[in-house]
Amino acid sequence: MSAVTVQDLAVHLDRVPVLRGVSFAVGTGGWLALIGPNGAGKTTLLRAVAGLVRYRGTVLLDGTDLGGMRGRGRARLIAYLPQAPVLPPDMTVEEYVLLGRTPHLGYLRGPSGRDREAAAEAARRLDVARFAGRRLATLSGGERQRVVLARALAAEPRVLLLDEPTTGLDVGHAQRVLELVDELRRGRGVTVLSTLHDLTTAGQYACPLVLLHQGRVAASGPAADVLTEELISRIYAARVAVTAAPGGATVVTPLRRPRPAAP
Amino acid sequence: MIPVPRLRGGAPPPRARRAPGGRPPRKAARAAVAAAVFLAAAALASALTGAADLNPVATAAAIVHLPSSLSPLDRAVLFQIRLPRIVLGALVGGLLSVAGAGYQGVFRNPLVDSGMLGSSAGAGLGATLAIVYLGGAGTSAVPAAAFAGSLAGVAVAYAAGSVTGSGTATLLLAGVAVSLFLTAVQTYLLQRSAQDLQQVYSWLLGSLSGATWQQVVEILPYSAVSVAAVLACGRQLDVLSVGDEEARALGVNPGRIRLVVVAACSLAAASAVAVSGLIGFVGIVVPHVMRRLARTSSYRFVLPLSLTCGAGFLVLADTAARTVVAPAELPIGVVTALAGSPVFVWILRSTSAIRT
Repeated sequence: MSAVTVQDLAVHLDRVPVLRGVSFAVGTGGWLALIGPNGAGKTTLLRAVAGLVRYRGTVLLDGTDLGGMRGRGRARLIAYLPQAPVLPPDMTVEEYVLLGRTPHLGYLRGPSGRDREAAAEAARRLDVARFAGRRLATLSGGERQRVVLARALAAEPRVLLLDEPTTGLDVGHAQRVLELVDELRRGRGVTVLSTLHDLTTAGQYACPLVLLHQGRVAASGPAADVLTEELISRIYAARVAVTAAPGGATVVTPLRRPRPAAP
Repeated sequence: MIPVPRLRGGAPPPRARRAPGGRPPRKAARAAVAAAVFLAAAALASALTGAADLNPVATAAAIVHLPSSLSPLDRAVLFQIRLPRIVLGALVGGLLSVAGAGYQGVFRNPLVDSGMLGSSAGAGLGATLAIVYLGGAGTSAVPAAAFAGSLAGVAVAYAAGSVTGSGTATLLLAGVAVSLFLTAVQTYLLQRSAQDLQQVYSWLLGSLSGATWQQVVEILPYSAVSVAAVLACGRQLDVLSVGDEEARALGVNPGRIRLVVVAACSLAAASAVAVSGLIGFVGIVVPHVMRRLARTSSYRFVLPLSLTCGAGFLVLADTAARTVVAPAELPIGVVTALAGSPVFVWILRSTSAIRT
């Protein structure tokens, strides 16, 4: 059964078509990566699934149409993390993680013991509980990303939407964050939709990959089918070599145009 | 092998200092007690200060309805002159401070107070219209005119801001435009009727002289409704601090929260302005002082602390206003700024940054 199914999705922003006829599906606990050049519509697609932009078409979660579902109902099922989350500098880690419980709270009802428990559990899972009292302004890049993930996890969502979760992280921190996400989806059955700009990384962690180009799906499927020299050079207007690494990973290496020898 | 932080599922890690969950920090509980003590001390000090020398013990006893040795004259001074002024001052200070904090939260801007959205300019124009055009009857109409002008100013600014776009910056710019427009009209009226200048200016600078229980009763219902509404939005304001987009992703409707908080804060500010004139400084500064002293930026704590300490601060400022040059009075707006600014700078220097 597919956890998230998107059928014939179209989005207009300021009357300009940004997405057209987008369809894909990903199973429960799966990880789907959206790839494509800048401006292809990746972020807009995530925002549409989160219910933050108007769209035509259908978004199904376990067969239920989310079309009529807005606000808190949708926020309880789907956690969305933008590429550059706003971290109020003076909020403590503990307060910030608890914000993730907002969709479960009534307008006037504050967090219950159950809400605090869920937030504490999320903080423990992402190993941020030990600096719960620190202000967000004092965190390093890697710590920030874990805290933001903890906030998303505190909501106990069924779907996690991550917009470029490794932006600004070095290769080691990026790998640790991606491994965490991978453990979450395997351990808890959380379905992950993420944009990832690094093609090799996308192929290593996610399946399927959905390649967007000018608002349409140009290709989708396992890494070996989507990450081809022909497709990437055509859609990204880039020169790359695609090779298979030991262990089966597909590696995309940017190539530099050979320069004529100096006279 | 990539070193991955262990995902823990069961027991809490040994180094956890306290369970995460945003339980009111003990610091905040201490701050709440300190704020209540500050307000009570300010009120008692004010009740004991003035031309008539009241016995402290007898005064305290009389206030809490215990047998007291106060003479009938002293009782009249206490209950008919000093206490109504203290209670009104506390109400005004609390309203202005909580409204300032609410505005700062809703606009995510530390430089905002409740006068920004056309409220002060509208109140000023309303009061000026009453004084200039209603002649002798104008004085008694000033509170109602200021109240109506304040709310009308905000309504026009809000409507203008909503028509021209969405977002906090547009709304604030619309507020600035409406304020400038209303102030221009008011300045023109004043320039044409110079004989009313002094009366208008003394109102603009704010005063609590001649405070009565009647005034307290008049603004109490508006105060109660507006303060209850703002305080109820504390958690929502904390959610708004991550920005409109993420707040919506968390299931909160930023536009609705903004409307509720702006309406409640404007009602609070209009109630205060109606009985006291324009008292600056309090609404913008008290919330910052609270953030720094309580070391939290969470509106669940900043709002009630601003309410309590803003009340105490204005009671003290008014006590100074009526005693420093007695038997004359200083405008309270002058006292709040003169006495408050150095204190504020000192607090800025001596505490580390707590931003909005």
